[in-house]
Amino acid sequence: MLIVNGLRTKAGGPVGFEFGGGEIIAVRGPSGSGKSLMLRAIADLDPAEGEVSLDGIPRARIPAPEWRRRVAFVPAESGWWDDRVGAHFPDGSDNSALIEALGLDPAVLDWEVRRLSTGERHRLAIARALALEPGVWLFDEPTAALDAVAARRVEAVIRQGRDRGAAILLVTHDDVQAARLADRTLTMADGRLVAPEGVT
Amino acid sequence: MSSSYIVLSYWDVALAAVFLILNAGLSLWLQLGLARQMLVAGLRMVVQLLAVGLVLKAVFAVGSPLVTLGLALVMVVFAGREIWARQERRMRGPWGPGLGAGAMTLAAGVVIIFALTQQIGADPWWSPRFALPLFGMILGNTMTGVSLGLDTLSTSLWRESAAVEARLLLGATRWDATRPFARRAMRSGMTPIINSMAATGVISLPGMMTGQILSGVDPAEAVKYQLLIIFLIAGATGLGVVLSIAGGIWRLTDERHRLRLDRLGGERG
Repeated sequence: MLIVNGLRTKAGGPVGFEFGGGEIIAVRGPSGSGKSLMLRAIADLDPAEGEVSLDGIPRARIPAPEWRRRVAFVPAESGWWDDRVGAHFPDGSDNSALIEALGLDPAVLDWEVRRLSTGERHRLAIARALALEPGVWLFDEPTAALDAVAARRVEAVIRQGRDRGAAILLVTHDDVQAARLADRTLTMADGRLVAPEGVT
Repeated sequence: MSSSYIVLSYWDVALAAVFLILNAGLSLWLQLGLARQMLVAGLRMVVQLLAVGLVLKAVFAVGSPLVTLGLALVMVVFAGREIWARQERRMRGPWGPGLGAGAMTLAAGVVIIFALTQQIGADPWWSPRFALPLFGMILGNTMTGVSLGLDTLSTSLWRESAAVEARLLLGATRWDATRPFARRAMRSGMTPIINSMAATGVISLPGMMTGQILSGVDPAEAVKYQLLIIFLIAGATGLGVVLSIAGGIWRLTDERHRLRLDRLGGERG
């Protein structure tokens, strides 16, 4: 169970909601309403006021690197620090099943990052985050850069994650996708959640 | 040692400037627009060097440790300002001017004191005739290294923030996440001194050694002095670069392992 309480970002706030394992929630809202900033704040990537806890443990009690391994955030744009794809995955881990599930050839690990398309990069960014087996997934626009076939693959991986007990939050502009995947939908405007549901 | 030092008259010096004036005339004739700049730079140099000559002469005559230290501090202030001026993106607050100047001063200070007390061994050890020229050479090179290193660090962290944050998001510590950029910044800070060590003696004859030879010192003795000073310079530059980059990463990240580019100012000019 991830609990967010009184979280304030540069976009405003406070924001409060909670979601548990085996649940997918979708967050919608116009561009600039603070959805991405909220995810950054939950992942502790930006300093923000408010409290976040995971399974009853306050975030401040968990070292930040450990927190981010448990609460995985995949931003809309992925960053890469090495020439080779494989260098971005944990050492000695076997991620071929995961990469195949996302519709890519596991041989992609030996490729150079600069040869990948935006969509391939984004799916690999999801794969490297999931390789750490996080309990909470925060995905910003997970399928915006993808074609329909690849988007279905990602959606299938998200559903599998829910079935295995992950707590999943998706920021999406796609209402149809939100309806298809989410157990609950929150709407954000001016840095605050406006839907009555889930607001504390 | 053959003491064949030849004293120059001011007339000799003025005569040497003929070529500079010739160049300025050429620039006027070809309309290069460099004449004015060239003359102003030449005049500035004359005034600055004459003033430095007078100041050094006075400081040597006074022979006071406080005055010597005071002059060293003036040099530190100018060098620190130069590091500050060469940053494309400066850190906000006192860290901006403070970090580069602090790292440079600490590194150059440790090295100069070590050299003066352990190798030079003048009496007294702080004798301005040895301390100030050596400190100037060490400080100038450390300044170049620190300013290049810090500039590379802040611009590459800024430009590649997505890569740094990608690593942080995968559970890396701030030190692991910034390592490629720290390495790049260190390489950039150390390159000038490494290049100049490699080129010394083959491509260029160092100024200090040339000066000693001109003043009648045996070339083999001049080489020993030159080696000493280059080792000191390389040591101080390396120390200053490492200190400033470690401090830079410390400041541009925080204890929750976040990248804090908000502590960096905007791009200048």
